[in-house]
Amino acid sequence: MFIPHTRDQREEMLKTIGVRTFDDLLAGLPLSLLRPNLDLPASMSEMELVRHMEELASRDHLAQSYLGAGAYEHFIPTSVWALALRGEFSTAYTPYQAEASQGTLQSIFEFQTLVCELFGMDVANASMYDGASAAAEACLMAHKHTGRPVALIPDTVHPQTRQVIETYLVHSGARIRILPCPDGVLTVETLKKHLTAETAALLIQNPNFFGCLESNIHELSKLAHGAGALVIASSAPVALGMISPPGEYDADIALAEGQPLGLPLGYGGPYLGLFACKTELVRKMPSRIVGQTVDRDGRRAFVLTLQAREQHIRREKATSNICTNQALCALASTIHMALLGKEGLRELANLNFQKAHYAASLLKKRGFAPVFDHPYFNEFAVTCPIAPEILVEKLAAKRTLAGLPLGPYFSDRKNQLLVCVTEIKTKADIDAFGDLLEAACR
Amino acid sequence: MPLTSTSSPEKIVESLLFEKSIPGRRGVPLPAVDVPHTSPEAHIPEALRRKTPARWPELSEPQVVRHFTRLSQLNYSIDTHFYPLGSCTMKHNPKVNDRIALLPDFAGLHPLRPHGLSQGILEILFELERWLCRICGMDAFTLQPSAGAQGELTGILVARAYHESRGQKRPLVLIPDSAHGTNPASVAVAGLTAVTLKSTPDGKVDLEELKSHLSDKAALVMMTVPSTLGIFEPRIQEIASLVHQAGALLYMDGANMNALVGLLRPGDIGVDILHLNLHKTFSTPHGGGGPGAGPVGVKKPLEQFLPVPRVALENGVYRRQFDRAKTIGRVHGFQGNVGVLIRAYCYLRLQGQEGLRDIGESAILAANYVKAKLAKFFPKMAPGPCMHEVVVSGKGPFGNGVRTLDVAKRLLDYGFYAPTIYFPQIVPEALMIEPTENETKETLDAFVEAMGKIIEESRLQPDLVKNAPHTTPVRRLDEVRAAREPVLRAKPVES
Amino acid sequence: MDLKNLRFAESHEWIAPDGTVGISDHAQKEITDAVFVELPKAGRVVAGKESCAVVESVKAAFDIYAPVAGAIAAVNGAVVKNPAALNQSPYETGWLFKIAMTNAADRDKLMTHEQYQEFVKIHKH
Repeated sequence: MFIPHTRDQREEMLKTIGVRTFDDLLAGLPLSLLRPNLDLPASMSEMELVRHMEELASRDHLAQSYLGAGAYEHFIPTSVWALALRGEFSTAYTPYQAEASQGTLQSIFEFQTLVCELFGMDVANASMYDGASAAAEACLMAHKHTGRPVALIPDTVHPQTRQVIETYLVHSGARIRILPCPDGVLTVETLKKHLTAETAALLIQNPNFFGCLESNIHELSKLAHGAGALVIASSAPVALGMISPPGEYDADIALAEGQPLGLPLGYGGPYLGLFACKTELVRKMPSRIVGQTVDRDGRRAFVLTLQAREQHIRREKATSNICTNQALCALASTIHMALLGKEGLRELANLNFQKAHYAASLLKKRGFAPVFDHPYFNEFAVTCPIAPEILVEKLAAKRTLAGLPLGPYFSDRKNQLLVCVTEIKTKADIDAFGDLLEAACR
Repeated sequence: MPLTSTSSPEKIVESLLFEKSIPGRRGVPLPAVDVPHTSPEAHIPEALRRKTPARWPELSEPQVVRHFTRLSQLNYSIDTHFYPLGSCTMKHNPKVNDRIALLPDFAGLHPLRPHGLSQGILEILFELERWLCRICGMDAFTLQPSAGAQGELTGILVARAYHESRGQKRPLVLIPDSAHGTNPASVAVAGLTAVTLKSTPDGKVDLEELKSHLSDKAALVMMTVPSTLGIFEPRIQEIASLVHQAGALLYMDGANMNALVGLLRPGDIGVDILHLNLHKTFSTPHGGGGPGAGPVGVKKPLEQFLPVPRVALENGVYRRQFDRAKTIGRVHGFQGNVGVLIRAYCYLRLQGQEGLRDIGESAILAANYVKAKLAKFFPKMAPGPCMHEVVVSGKGPFGNGVRTLDVAKRLLDYGFYAPTIYFPQIVPEALMIEPTENETKETLDAFVEAMGKIIEESRLQPDLVKNAPHTTPVRRLDEVRAAREPVLRAKPVES
Repeated sequence: MDLKNLRFAESHEWIAPDGTVGISDHAQKEITDAVFVELPKAGRVVAGKESCAVVESVKAAFDIYAPVAGAIAAVNGAVVKNPAALNQSPYETGWLFKIAMTNAADRDKLMTHEQYQEFVKIHKH
């Protein structure tokens, strides 16, 4: 029971207030509309609830999954949520009273630092809702900063991210131009064709939706800058243990979906938007930022700062409308990053790389040729001997998710499947997967 | 602008991860590679390989556990303190909700699973939508928005799409001056123009002011119900009528829904669109600043504009629907903050209709009790009942130039988190107190007693209040320095 | 700075005969510690009463309006580097920008320092 008031206490309180009945307190409310029948199911005890929910969960039980495409299955060390779900963290709110929130504030400061290091960038914020909305806000930021209307986005950027960007930009005065990348990466020629004095930014995702590394990224970045546009680099946290981060190709804004480090797949959320930028753009950056200071006794302390960018002060002139973000997810991610450490990140990246490449060569031998020739990290597309949807269905019957059919996203890729292999998979798992796939095609 | 700290103050409450790092330490070991070796150098060109590693700290697991446990102990939270943050509804976060959200078969759900392998979760989302419709008196809900602000943006975009579908250009959104800052900020992101409506001196809607701005250029009127002063607008149905006559829509900011659950349905009083804050009214954890969820409910004519995907039930099978011609599009990369939605579903299952009604009534009772007991300290307090929160002004009751800010800090010494302060902006030196339905009468009495003591201190020992807090892990912070000389990250670990 | 030569706008900016613009002592007290100043670009053309600069404190942001029409001739880089100057010396080192006035006579339509002080007294909340 969550409400502690006994009947006697209620009466005492009403007496103190000076009314006869509770309904005297509802004087201003329309009487005829009070206490409607909501037709909700009857309440359950905790015990009944757990049983009910376990049954619901069990309906979707799976053995293995090779799905990636923006959400990745990695092992989350037990300490992560044991710590993050401590009541002092999970039941606190926005740290406006900084003196009583140093736990939250210091952990965010540590998070910001870890994100800067991951991306190789100067300054990071306290989080955005997810990678997709982070990308949308980055495009808006570039538009406002440059005063130019066009965001160039290759179609190798995740289709669902592109959709969110469209929703956010539609009334902003900015617009999107999608750059076709039939070869699976953005080419220099394609960018040159579309780069104009109207370009606010180039948004590029690396590794991209197909899992490919954008091989031309250094040159693309230089080109974009040469035209006076900003470079917005979307990447992937685990891949950054091995591949070049946004800071190494002079990105102005870096972002990523932070889910892989610390957050379960959870049917799509809550996830975590990582967001960082160059020093000179910090006042245009959305969301909360924690800074270091001292208290009156000279103790080091942490506080929300540069708040004059935000909605509660600037209202309609704010850098963004974001208020509540994904703080607890950022905390979980911070703990995971701390547990991995510098070497752990590299090792984790290597494990992913090794297993995915092994799987790809195995699948190739079994008749699933790779679609692209480009370097990749832990995700790759294969051509299937039978329709990918049927393949997926057959493997689903064996409680295995084969991957993502690309047909629904790209009409000229109807026989292609996007496969992801993370460190979770053992060699035996991968070998069995190869067997299953081959058997399904007979 | 220096961004990394250049000096190490002698007084440190808890060292940073980076200060505890020594090369060679490791928190969590990983298994060895069990597949034949592929050479990264052979497959990834040097230009695409990382040159300098991320300078992440290196710590052992016990160090990490101790570090974050100690950090947690620096926080005030609902689990440890009375946390009467007005308009945030800091109610108890049931632990069973966390247990269920992290069940492996929920936690392990990939969002792009075929619907045939997502029946359990889709049922939860479908049912949650239906119940929120019933609680609010609306016809359809989207669960995608990740927080109230994103919900507002979604709602405003839906309204905009609705008007455009009828060939009408309505660029204005009317918002009372008592509104939360996210309201006008969301309007700006949606590409519309916010027009501020002055409230009456007692914080209600000024009907004449409203009428003078309602025109065929107004898309939406956004109201918080009950208001940010904790008062229910008695003429709300008249206001809704005026709004509709002008061809505009009425949007309700549902941050204060805790006062209405089980008692009144916004859809019954003329609201066309609303958002809820599941991390407020529906008990999902506040998390130190999220993740929340801001579902948006609409009346029938607006349903077609809601974001995709929608969840549908066809012949006993749940599906995600993408094919909706008039949708405003996606606001979330996937389905929304599902882990939060699962928790809200659980909460509603625990409460049932009777439980919700109890919540609304108990929240209102508690706030009025606090109001009645504070009356002797705040003689200028507005008469009459409030709803689930009470707003008082610190202008007058505090002596010797003591301000609301000082009182808030002194409350921390008494073991209470401070109420919301300086909001709404139309009340000078505002304190907004929302006890919620979960606090005992004893706690409420103790809070009132503390307020009384602090007011007395302000008269007899003002410096005690002006220099508060004294007993928190850190004392009052130099926020000016933090803004003038931003230090936004820690020094990198020496390699 | 001889305050007698300044003219004041209702939005609390002052303008000197040479077109230098700053904010009044009353305004800097209201703002409290300035933490950040955003100034317009030199060369920008502004209308009278157009918002063209921002002063931020920790808790609020304040729009600064051009008292008269003209073009921005110069901006005070020193106050951007050291926002505290705005509080310490609002009439001297804390100046914000200089307008090349379209019409110098526009200044005469504004309040004198005496009139401004009266204005502040009446409007004090």
